[in-house]
Amino acid sequence: MGITSALAAQFGQMLLVLALAPALTGLTRKMKARLQRRIGPPIFQPYRDLRRLFNKDVVLADNSSWLFRVAPYLIFAATWVAAALVPTFQTGLLFSWAGDLIAIVALLGAARFVQAVAALDTGTSFGGIGASREIMIAALAEPAMIMVVFTVALVAGSTQLSTIAAFMADTGGLRVSLAMALVALIIVALAENARIPVDNPSTHLEVTMVHEAMVLEYSGRHLAMIELAASLKLLLYISIIACIFFPFGLITDGAGLSAHAISLAAYLLKVTAASLLLATLETVIAKMRVFRVPNLLGVALMLGLLGTLLLFVSGGM
Amino acid sequence: MTARDPSLPDPFDRLNGRIVAEHRPWPRIEVQTDAWAKAADRLSRGALTLLGLWGESHVVHMAVADTNDPSLILVLSLTCPEGRYPSVGRVHPPAIRLERAVADLFALVPVGPPDMRPWLDHGKWGVHAPLAAQQNDAQPAEEYGFLPVDGEDIHQLPVGPVHAGIIEPGHFRISADGETVVRLEERLGYTHKGVEALLQGADLQRAARLASRCSGDSTVAYGLAFAHAVEAALGWSPPTRAVRLRALMAELERLANHLGDVGAICNDGGFAIMLAHCSVLRESVLRQAAACFGHRLMMDRVVPGGVTTDLDAAGSARIVGLTGDIRRRFQRLIDLYDKTASLQDRTVGTGVLKPALAAQFGAGGYIGRASGRLCDARRWPGYAPYDELEFEIPVLQEGDVNARLWIRVREVEQSIRLIEQILVTLPDGPIRTENAIDPANPPAEGMAIVEGFRGDILAWVRIDAAGRIERCHLRDPSWFQWPLLEAAIEGNIVADFPICNKSFNCSYSGHDL
Repeated sequence: MGITSALAAQFGQMLLVLALAPALTGLTRKMKARLQRRIGPPIFQPYRDLRRLFNKDVVLADNSSWLFRVAPYLIFAATWVAAALVPTFQTGLLFSWAGDLIAIVALLGAARFVQAVAALDTGTSFGGIGASREIMIAALAEPAMIMVVFTVALVAGSTQLSTIAAFMADTGGLRVSLAMALVALIIVALAENARIPVDNPSTHLEVTMVHEAMVLEYSGRHLAMIELAASLKLLLYISIIACIFFPFGLITDGAGLSAHAISLAAYLLKVTAASLLLATLETVIAKMRVFRVPNLLGVALMLGLLGTLLLFVSGGM
Repeated sequence: MTARDPSLPDPFDRLNGRIVAEHRPWPRIEVQTDAWAKAADRLSRGALTLLGLWGESHVVHMAVADTNDPSLILVLSLTCPEGRYPSVGRVHPPAIRLERAVADLFALVPVGPPDMRPWLDHGKWGVHAPLAAQQNDAQPAEEYGFLPVDGEDIHQLPVGPVHAGIIEPGHFRISADGETVVRLEERLGYTHKGVEALLQGADLQRAARLASRCSGDSTVAYGLAFAHAVEAALGWSPPTRAVRLRALMAELERLANHLGDVGAICNDGGFAIMLAHCSVLRESVLRQAAACFGHRLMMDRVVPGGVTTDLDAAGSARIVGLTGDIRRRFQRLIDLYDKTASLQDRTVGTGVLKPALAAQFGAGGYIGRASGRLCDARRWPGYAPYDELEFEIPVLQEGDVNARLWIRVREVEQSIRLIEQILVTLPDGPIRTENAIDPANPPAEGMAIVEGFRGDILAWVRIDAAGRIERCHLRDPSWFQWPLLEAAIEGNIVADFPICNKSFNCSYSGHDL
């Protein structure tokens, strides 16, 4: 296995997630609309939106600093690098030796920090209230995420996603701890991606927003970078859940062309299924009251903790 | 409730003045300041309920009703040549905004009110007090001072008047301690259209058009209130068929608005599927209205003397089909609401309006009825044809978002009942009487209270000998509901403001005039 083919696989995957992310957002919107008896915008609308935003001028608040201007690029870069570490259809990625699940959590945490600081930078009240809510949610979601990482790492014996995925595909099976970790990870994913019941991505009510309130002041290419990063993040979480808990169809390097095609098809199938489930969930439940969110994330944290404890107590059950 | 309890003190006792003969159907008296102050005192003690307070050059009028029997109504008029009158708002807070509006429009200044800031006038009219006896040049607009909020860590959140969604403009200044609302202060007047100035001197046809455009979602109710007031003043009686058709349109309007509101409240709780389904139902009502009466909102269909559009047999059949359809589909939506715990969690216990406050402000509509106030202008004071129709008035005590939603649900059911009764008993005959205006007549005055979907709309007119409007005042129910939103939101979290606001759904346009 030459370094060139490994690099090709790595960069191919990075481009794949980048190209696929807006479609995932569009697909989820379309499914939600259909479930609500609406026609909904076309699945490829997010690409058009991005093109439109990239062609628009940027409007900056008078009192915004350099931080406000660089934040979109930092957020996008951190999210993209994190996405590069997650195996989508192929394990044994070149970059996965450079960073494990904890690095992914840290990269996303860094992106969030930059976003919250940039929201505070303009000094508007909505930016402030959005940042404060986001940090409250993050402070609870991150520990839960770490507990999930520990559970999975104890089972697979590694925190590297490629290794975990390969382990799960070979020797994985039903474990109580993993079921708990899955539920916890889904809750964290909903919170991190500003989905119902934690946040409402399609709301127009400025005082209820969390993520949207932070990016209210952004426009043009800055907004495009942030929107793209948000789409990437959603795909990233779906990919993590897919490669840990549903690792079928994953290939290791050196596989043939037909194996590539099958694994790619399996990946697309998983993403589509996840998108449909997400749309259904967002249709059947209402958004939570802001102060109920800690209860939900507390459940995620407890499940992660129980999963870890159970592994210790039962000696690897 | 309708029968007067003789053991109670008469709230109109010793409110003496010169009776104005041409005012119908309720008496209007010209009083001196002592009777005016006496009425204000009785308002503050709850014996009387304020129905409206409006101005005219050099005269200020106040309509009050007996709290124990809202069918007993009296209008007090106080002449104030100096342009000053004793403030009612000083002792009775519901009058404060009305007095501020009177000061903005007529330069009639209340003496001793707690709040002297302008209300409708934002300093953008180019003229000061446009309806006053003598025109004044605009004074440079002063900075509008919001009420101060003291406390450590209190931050202010200005919301509006331009919102992220497509809604009417209004400014909300939220003072919050973290996520908890300490005070909400509203600033309205952004949709001021000068309705009262436009009405002056208008003939009846134009005036009816203007009145119907006060608040587009209540256009039938406004048209009806104006028509009732004019008919009271001129002694016209519309044909029975017209009276029934008016009620039919009014109930269709109520149906459409309540259906839309139920969906919109759920949508503000992040439950979009209710909005989608309720919007379909609302749309079906509007489309049938367009098919039957030629206009989706039935605008300009109710005019003084009758209605302009008749309903044919095909139209009747269409509405029967519509009500059956809504009856069937709405019940399933309500079951969905009732069974979705995550949504109930948002609405139950949120934005509680205490019954005492609702009673003090005389709040009508679903806001009053969700807070224990038994009121409905269709029954008190009542008007045709509702005296011949059967319907129930739902009342709940909780006063939260959930209660306001359930009142709407029950009213949808009652409106369907009413529509079905009206269609069954719809008599044949003309739909409009054309009465000539006798130039020999003295100026005539009329007043009417009509139940719109938000609550009681008050209309007051004076018509001169030529049949033109000399003065017309239209009081939206929201005048007594907007201030209660400020009270209901207190202690709730900032993120619950939209769902509380939507459950009130007060009118901006009707309030801003």
